[in-house]
Amino acid sequence: MKVFNFVTAAALAVSLAACSSVDGTGAGTAGGAGIGAGGAGGVNTSVDQGSIAYFTTTVGDRVFFATDSSSLDSSAQATLALQADWLATYPDRTLVIQGHADERGTREYNLALGARRAQAAFDFLVAQGVNPSRMSTVSFGKERPEELCSDASCWAANRRAVTVVAGGLTG
Amino acid sequence: MSIRNLFGALCALLVLALPGGLFAQTGEPLRATIGRGVFEPIPMAIPQFTARDAAAEQFSGQVAEVITANLTGTGLFRAISPDAFITPRPNFDVTPTFTDWTVINAQGLVTGATSIGADGRLTVAVQLWDTFNNTQIGDGVTFTTDQANWRRAAHKASDVIYTRLTGESAYFDSEIVFVAETGPKNARVKRIAIMDQDGANVRYLTDGSDLVLAPRFAPNGTAILYTSYRTGFPQVYLQDLVTGARQTLGNTEGMSFAPRFSPDGRRVVLSQTSGANTDIFTIDLATGARTRLTRSPAIDTAPSFSPDGSQIVFESDRGGSQQLYVMPANGGTARRISFGNGTYGTPVWSPRGDRIAFTASISGRFHVGVMNTDGSREQLLTASFLDEGPTWSPNGRVLMFFRETPGPLGAAALVSVDVTGQNLRYVPTPAGGSDPNWSPLRAN
Repeated sequence: MKVFNFVTAAALAVSLAACSSVDGTGAGTAGGAGIGAGGAGGVNTSVDQGSIAYFTTTVGDRVFFATDSSSLDSSAQATLALQADWLATYPDRTLVIQGHADERGTREYNLALGARRAQAAFDFLVAQGVNPSRMSTVSFGKERPEELCSDASCWAANRRAVTVVAGGLTG
Repeated sequence: MSIRNLFGALCALLVLALPGGLFAQTGEPLRATIGRGVFEPIPMAIPQFTARDAAAEQFSGQVAEVITANLTGTGLFRAISPDAFITPRPNFDVTPTFTDWTVINAQGLVTGATSIGADGRLTVAVQLWDTFNNTQIGDGVTFTTDQANWRRAAHKASDVIYTRLTGESAYFDSEIVFVAETGPKNARVKRIAIMDQDGANVRYLTDGSDLVLAPRFAPNGTAILYTSYRTGFPQVYLQDLVTGARQTLGNTEGMSFAPRFSPDGRRVVLSQTSGANTDIFTIDLATGARTRLTRSPAIDTAPSFSPDGSQIVFESDRGGSQQLYVMPANGGTARRISFGNGTYGTPVWSPRGDRIAFTASISGRFHVGVMNTDGSREQLLTASFLDEGPTWSPNGRVLMFFRETPGPLGAAALVSVDVTGQNLRYVPTPAGGSDPNWSPLRAN
């Protein structure tokens, strides 16, 4: 269920990004410049694009991995590229990337695997121009699943790297 | 045949029976597949003890009950119901009337006495009898302790009985450190807890505010290592069980986890993560010096020393999938020892030195198994949705691990199984339990 929501959110983010570039480049950056300026930007919604809620739900705060893999597929790369754009817009934001594994592995291995996943996201963001000093990583292994069922859909949703913006959710 | 010889013969049968097809079945837990008339638990009578004074009366039944639970819990002995006893409460101070016991087919008889001394301390005296040979097995033994420690006296008596009947060292007077689990799967509260091996006397060492993992006893039982997210990321802590003092081990940058002591207690082996890479290090507890043992860009973790301290078994995916490797204790060339189908993790060297217990994941099922230290004679002992993280009893005869059930209400429980794969039993804990680690036999 969560995977599906995410895909929808990611698609929405892509379309919103397209809209805002058409909408007027000036307005887009102005909207991001200050919290108060959001309303003056001319965007006909009340969403604060600098908010953590916006980052989490619209930009997309997480990417997913195949079993026992830390490779970023095209969907993950697209999400991270959107994260990098957002981070470029809000350069004072710092973040922690949490790596997670599904429940189908042993505890220590999953801790190490989660670290790999967090680092993969970290490295991609650095390659996109995000200053590494703004970011840190941590692994929770299989300790903090988000989806509770024990089938393939939940495991896929739990194999994730989540970008947590400072002031947002904590582990 | 004396009870002792009989037992030896049965043990020989057990051992002979093992390598064959006993573990070919992979369904739910491989319980007592040995049945088939090959092995029958030895019938024992353990009547209520003689109380020498009124204050000792309450212990006269309790101690006998704990001894009964210990012995029958091994699966090697069966307790005859007290309802069948001709002499419900035999006099400790006279030689038993053996026919009273042979007629109900009790091959072994335990008699005992409890008394409270002038200093208020409890004394437990125990004798063991071979009823069919009309003989006592060994001399009587006595244990004196504070009344609050009465269970330990029962455990020590059980150890003596077990050793006399099996010829093996025992494990009843020992403890388990584990992670006590409560709360839902996605917000589980974990606390480090210690209890007796039979689940009694649970006490908590952490309060649940921090995520904690995988506690491990020091070889002398007076300290533990564990991993905690106290600072927000996993770090290894050393906690003195006497003073309660706690210190961080290793560097404070990056994650460290999967600690275990060296057999001499002077070093800790653990894994540390830098970026995407997890390697194995040792830390000298006296100097704090850190030594890197592995350099592969792969995941190297879950290290465990051999009991002679010369080698370390660990898991690595350097070959492409999670497998077991053995290397010299100071690092150097590692050789792979696991070659079965599936992935292998959480290796633990047995206290006898000849076997390694592990977790194997094969076709979506998880197993606890054992193999020789070169990887030969692999045997899977258990199977379920998730069986993980074995630990050895002090005598190397029993493994304890945790079993987690699937689904939104999934929970973890502690389970023990003989190294032969028989006698699978759930270990009682107040709520969920995971990551068990067995202490050495307690000293005094």
